[in-house]
Amino acid sequence: MTAFLLMLVVGGGVVGDLLKAHGMRLQGAPPTLGPTALARFGIATIRNAWFLLALVAYAISFFGFMALLSIRDVSFAVPATALGYALETLLARLFLHEQVSLRRWAGAALVVAGVALLA
Amino acid sequence: MRVPVKIAVRIPVIDSALAGKTKILLAIVIVSNSIGNVVLSYGMRAVGDISSYSPASLVSSAIAAFANPWVLLGTTLLVLFFAAHTLLLTWADLSYVLLVTSCGYALVAALGAIILDESISPLRWCGIALVSCGVALVASTPASTSEGRP
Repeated sequence: MTAFLLMLVVGGGVVGDLLKAHGMRLQGAPPTLGPTALARFGIATIRNAWFLLALVAYAISFFGFMALLSIRDVSFAVPATALGYALETLLARLFLHEQVSLRRWAGAALVVAGVALLA
Repeated sequence: MRVPVKIAVRIPVIDSALAGKTKILLAIVIVSNSIGNVVLSYGMRAVGDISSYSPASLVSSAIAAFANPWVLLGTTLLVLFFAAHTLLLTWADLSYVLLVTSCGYALVAALGAIILDESISPLRWCGIALVSCGVALVASTPASTSEGRP
């Protein structure tokens, strides 16, 4: 049960980020960051199907986290959080076709190790 | 003569104006997420444990939580974080944003030591150092590498 919930928490967060990044890239940046452009951007965003799917994934992650909290202390979940960074970077390379250079991978490895020690 | 807006939006490579916006938005994402989380958990601790999970008591717990100014401030900061993160991803790589914003972990740990006088174990200092080095490496790569419209 714990492993399943942990999978929902990390998986939901990672999938949510991927869906949102894909949808936002398709939508494109607002021409300016002025109030009118931002308001238009906000309206376009809440009508963006990829963004709405991302919200569903985030909600699954959030409720999984609440359920996990009610079962036990969450400090054991830290290694999974750290590995989530590596997984998300890999999936961004595979599905979003981002160029993850050797330098970016090296940075990712340091971040994963550091987060594992920190949280 | 003004350049039509639609053309400007579709330029896939990052221009210097976007590079400046990237830095500002990254700063907003990092600060609002870490401070928002800290403030929210401080407020929730003051509100206290959720005693029952029945729908009626969950609603009254939620009302009690939002009556707490720290919970309100924390929630506002997290909404700001989410909006800035969403905006940033319209042009910046997810792998870039994700890794660079992980320095929030180091920021919270360091702030805890400096402001709250929390003691930090040597292992945690190593974690702060590793995350910081990793973030510096990733930040030195281009923020946007994929085409605007796949």
